[in-house]
Amino acid sequence: MAQNMNELNNQNTVLSVRNVSMNFGGLRALSEVDLDVHPGEVVALIGPNGAGKTTFFNCITGIYTPTEGVVTAYPKTGKPRRINGMRTNLVCELGMARTFQNIRLFPSMTALENVMIGRHCRTKTGILGAVLRGSGTRREEQEVVDKSYEMLTKVGLEKLANEYSRNLPYGAQRRLEIARALATEPFLLLLDEPAAGMNPQETEELKQMVIRIREEFKVSVLLIEHDMKMVMSLSDRIYVMEYGRIISTGTPKEVSEDPQVIRAYLGEDDDA
Amino acid sequence: MVAANIIKHLKGALIASIWLAFLTLPIMVIRVDTVEKTVTWRWMHLAYMAVGSFVLAFIWNIFLERRDRGQAKKALETVERVSALSQFLSDPRFARPLMAFGFLVAAAFPWFFSMYQTNILVSALIYVVLGLGLNITVGLAGLLDLGYVAFYAVGAYTYALLNYHFHLGFWAVLPMGAVMGAFFGILLGFPVLRLRGDYLAIVTLGFGQIIRLVLENWSAFSFGPSGISNIDRPGLFGITYSVEQATTYMYYIMLALVVLTIFVTARLKDSRIGRAWLALREDEIACQAMGIDNTRAKLMAFALGATLASLMGVVFAAKTTFINPASFTFMESAMILAIVVLGGMGSVLGVILGAFMLMLLPEYLRAFSEYRMLIFGATMVLIMVFRPQGLVRAKRKVYKINTEAAG
Amino acid sequence: MEYFLQLFFGGLSRGSVYALIALGYTMVYGIIELINFAHGEIYMIGAFMGLIVAGVLTALGWPALSILAIALVVSVLYSAAYGYTVEKIAYKPLRNAPRLAPLISAIGMSILLQNYIMLAQTPDFLPFPRLIPELEFMDRFSNYLGTSDMFIIVTSLVVMIALTFFIKFTRMGKAMRATAQNRKMAMLVGVNVDQVISATFVIGSSLAAVGGVLIGAHVGQINFAIGFLAGIKAFTAAVLGGIGSIPGAVLGGLVLGWAESFATGYVSSDYEDVFAFLLLVVILIFRPAGLLGKQRAQKV
Repeated sequence: MAQNMNELNNQNTVLSVRNVSMNFGGLRALSEVDLDVHPGEVVALIGPNGAGKTTFFNCITGIYTPTEGVVTAYPKTGKPRRINGMRTNLVCELGMARTFQNIRLFPSMTALENVMIGRHCRTKTGILGAVLRGSGTRREEQEVVDKSYEMLTKVGLEKLANEYSRNLPYGAQRRLEIARALATEPFLLLLDEPAAGMNPQETEELKQMVIRIREEFKVSVLLIEHDMKMVMSLSDRIYVMEYGRIISTGTPKEVSEDPQVIRAYLGEDDDA
Repeated sequence: MVAANIIKHLKGALIASIWLAFLTLPIMVIRVDTVEKTVTWRWMHLAYMAVGSFVLAFIWNIFLERRDRGQAKKALETVERVSALSQFLSDPRFARPLMAFGFLVAAAFPWFFSMYQTNILVSALIYVVLGLGLNITVGLAGLLDLGYVAFYAVGAYTYALLNYHFHLGFWAVLPMGAVMGAFFGILLGFPVLRLRGDYLAIVTLGFGQIIRLVLENWSAFSFGPSGISNIDRPGLFGITYSVEQATTYMYYIMLALVVLTIFVTARLKDSRIGRAWLALREDEIACQAMGIDNTRAKLMAFALGATLASLMGVVFAAKTTFINPASFTFMESAMILAIVVLGGMGSVLGVILGAFMLMLLPEYLRAFSEYRMLIFGATMVLIMVFRPQGLVRAKRKVYKINTEAAG
Repeated sequence: MEYFLQLFFGGLSRGSVYALIALGYTMVYGIIELINFAHGEIYMIGAFMGLIVAGVLTALGWPALSILAIALVVSVLYSAAYGYTVEKIAYKPLRNAPRLAPLISAIGMSILLQNYIMLAQTPDFLPFPRLIPELEFMDRFSNYLGTSDMFIIVTSLVVMIALTFFIKFTRMGKAMRATAQNRKMAMLVGVNVDQVISATFVIGSSLAAVGGVLIGAHVGQINFAIGFLAGIKAFTAAVLGGIGSIPGAVLGGLVLGWAESFATGYVSSDYEDVFAFLLLVVILIFRPAGLLGKQRAQKV
């Protein structure tokens, strides 16, 4: 493994996944998955429902521990880290922040506070500091508020800053999740079906937003998405997953011409 | 339309009252003496029950309908309605003078009221702090601790035993009590915190019972069910004072502790730590995925709640000068939980109101004192069904944005 | 050996009652994932109903065994009605509330019922008439197995077999199993979930009532507070066996009964209850899925 790491330890990669498998009892949800994300890339992971895409996200963010394989993250500063089996909060602290397929905001907190949660791991006020509220704490607190507000403006939610997140419209909730993830200062943003439930116009806006965010924050993006139009026009590279395996990979054009992908998507019978 | 609705509700209430009268008939009406082989019939109870449940069922149905309609309506609204009262209370221009006034009234209380009244108020203040402590664990962090009273016992026995064996005074033990509370909080907290909500509740209940049973059975350590008496009251620079003065003194000590607790919890609530607790309560997985160390946040909430309970235990032992395990039963935990639930989980003001209501009303409405626990139980059910946010809905801070920096 | 047998059968009868109560916890948890905190109180109410019926009929001079039979039937019916009503009042309006809300409501209900019985009856212990006669043919076992122990064991066994048949073969039993596995799917295929939930409470409460009457007759006295400890212990049994699993609840009840019986018989009786709580805490912390339960993967 050490050898493996040295070999890959260059700034051409932010995330490398090697040979990752995940078993639930007898069920093999992921099977020998290899995947790389390079700096500044937008990589899409697509595949039919139940192919194992979200399981894959859970495996690389520490929610599940993969049964086999190695996941290595390459933070902007510091050494590469093996992150399979690492606790979820540490993965986030390392610089990989995610959103959820079924939106998981904190409903009785305001939009701004939701983003402020993202700042938690970049700040350090403790119980004593919070109670005494000295100048250091006040400064840090103001910084958290300002930074979080800035994130809200990036996703166009600044006007709704003090609304409870449970009262936001659906599309705004999805964008709020992205702002919350951005607030943790990630080098890799993991988006789980960000366009789900959006209309074409909203999807287009989302796409522009992701492009803007990538430029501005120098962040790489790995996304799971079903909206093919968005995936094809947004991604630099695509991985196609079926039954827990990567069945095809390449540029959008290459992938869309791959007969295996066409079969998986159109559900052609083998004998047809 | 309205009339038809009322008739529908009356009909429903009639059916409910017949059902409940039938249900409670044997237990309300019949009393048996199996030794003397006699039976007492108390038919009047049935009449009370029928009439009472008719009225209650009628109100229940109307409120339930209103609740469900309200929920359906709220789903369509995006802006939350805020009541005039809570708007008034949250405006610092009014809130500050109001708080100052309240404090003045509280400070002057022992000068105008009898020792008996002051004593009752001291007990109520103890429950204010216990409520605020449990509010951190249950209200903010969402960890349902059903063994909270165990930490209260830890504080009380810490003082009682140190006082008995080493003659240590109240002021010396008070900080030790806090440390012991935090220590036990972490000790018991550590193994249970990875459990899910309802399991955590049961395990803390188990721990609470174990501590009480050990205190009851391990006589060599705790003097068993007979408890420890003649505990010293708080010292005041070696001055001896009368029982009446002691009550006043105790009152001011409690008042200071209450102010301190309110200050601490209010500041924590809107801090980095408080936000982490709230996030934890709302969604554990998302919370951890956003970089918050769940275990640490939970331990902090658990330990802080335990610290406050333990402090109150020391005060309780000094106030009553006698303690035994009977003061630390599950019912006590349930009572404190009822305070938090009634007041509003997460709301500091609400918990204070809840403590006063549940502690003072039964004292002053003597007729009710027998029904105290019955009312507590009913309150918990009613609040959960009709007003889960409690008397005072916890509100989040509205932040001022430094637009220049954000620009 | 005789002492061992005595402890063995003592544990078995004690465990059978735990199992009867535990079944109610496990069935309700299996279907709505709620720890029905008021379940111990239903058991207590069952015992009180038994006492009241027995008291009235004794005053009228009926024979013991027929009193026992009638007390059991009336107590089962009434407890079932209580269980049904409690669900309608305290849990049904909270079907869509956050997870802790019904649990808090259940705790409130438990306190309410305890105090209701205390105020309507008495705070003191009430003597329970001896309804179980000493049978002659039991004499040669009397050194280690009393008639009432045997009676409890046999009755529990019959009730549990009946329950198994009900769950396995009746329409409602199938609907229950379906709802326990996936409530939404069950609803989609036409199961009336409200009815299933009500039925679960009714059955669970009936079983608890049987336990209440049997224990009342066995121990000889009851009061309003007996439901708390019995409830916690039965819940321990349910968790021990794997909550949601019906055979698990029976196994858990028996294991707990034996464990208590042998621990108090061979070690010390001072800490009998501490022992049950310790077991509860240890099981929940180290093996929350219980002996027969399956660990479920967390859904994200």
